[in-house]
Amino acid sequence: MRERGSKKIKHLSKYTKFNKLNLQKYNMAIKVFGFFKRVFAGFSKEKKDVKLGFYGPPNAGKTSLANLICKDFTGEEMGSVSNVPHETRNVQFKEKVNIEYKGKTMTFKMVDTPGIATRIDYEDFLKFKVKKSEAKKRAKEATQGIIESIKWLDDMDVVVVVLDSSENPYDQVNITIIGNLVARDIPVLIIANKIDLKKSNIKKIESAFPEYEVVGISAKRGDNLDEFYEALFKLAKKI
Amino acid sequence: MAKKKVNKGIGKIKGFSIQFLPYREYGDLDSNERIKKILDIILANNILILQGRLRSGEETRLIGDTMAMIGHVANFNGIELAVIAGKGKDEGYWGKFKKSLANALAGGDLGAVTIIGPATIVKEVKRNPQKIELLLNK
Repeated sequence: MRERGSKKIKHLSKYTKFNKLNLQKYNMAIKVFGFFKRVFAGFSKEKKDVKLGFYGPPNAGKTSLANLICKDFTGEEMGSVSNVPHETRNVQFKEKVNIEYKGKTMTFKMVDTPGIATRIDYEDFLKFKVKKSEAKKRAKEATQGIIESIKWLDDMDVVVVVLDSSENPYDQVNITIIGNLVARDIPVLIIANKIDLKKSNIKKIESAFPEYEVVGISAKRGDNLDEFYEALFKLAKKI
Repeated sequence: MAKKKVNKGIGKIKGFSIQFLPYREYGDLDSNERIKKILDIILANNILILQGRLRSGEETRLIGDTMAMIGHVANFNGIELAVIAGKGKDEGYWGKFKKSLANALAGGDLGAVTIIGPATIVKEVKRNPQKIELLLNK
């Protein structure tokens, strides 16, 4: 009985030895496979489109800027623009946007996001002569849009934070968005939009965010886009 | 007969309270518990003054969670949020290193103060480099 038992143990130890050896080989194979996968992922990464997000508070001109770029390079616009805040209430995409600048071309997947705010009151929309039922619907969609914008933060390769240069840049939403991007190690470019307005003050934005490049543009008039593309290409190379 | 002076300003506010939350009361909590604690205070119509600041991911989560509550919680339109922290512009690398070391030892940025209030009470928190203005709803 004992002999049979010890034989069984011997047999089992042989079996486990065999398994240990196989396990080592298997682990080695996984490591090798992982190495090649990383190498090839590195190669394919260069060919992947750069996910370019447009973030910022409502009514800063995110969609206006995205439209301007899309129209220049694809002939189509991304979304509708309005004076009423929270016009963009869904995340909008434009795939394969080939931006050419000084003989270089980069392919972007453009992601235009709803403006991020900390408060939504349907009564604020009534000031823009929107009907009460429509205002309530708009408010509900706006809250969902903000949640969606926040969820998308993780998926961006490069982010353009669009701020209204005629407004106070020290709003906590701006600081929170930029802080999140830094924590996620996502390259950031700050756009001071609406430089065509008299109240525009780019220096105020520069002093609020001294660690970032700030480019002043007018998405409405298409002013200073060359400087924007230059900064965007420089930023996209960082990823 | 002389008319009585009517205070048209802050007298119209029905009432609110300001609650201070020291770091020791939330510093050891995980993100879920921190957000829950803050929301409990805000939803009871209090203005919260938090010693230190939330992590950047927690700030966005707080915004997302409060957005999800609008329309589901009566008379709730979101929050007003402001963080007052020391200006890091002229600190230099050594200054930044000292600050981050001090923060790491303390367990958080205790030099900062966060103000959070329900939007129904706090109309706006105006932030300039030199001053903070808390504007209340009438």
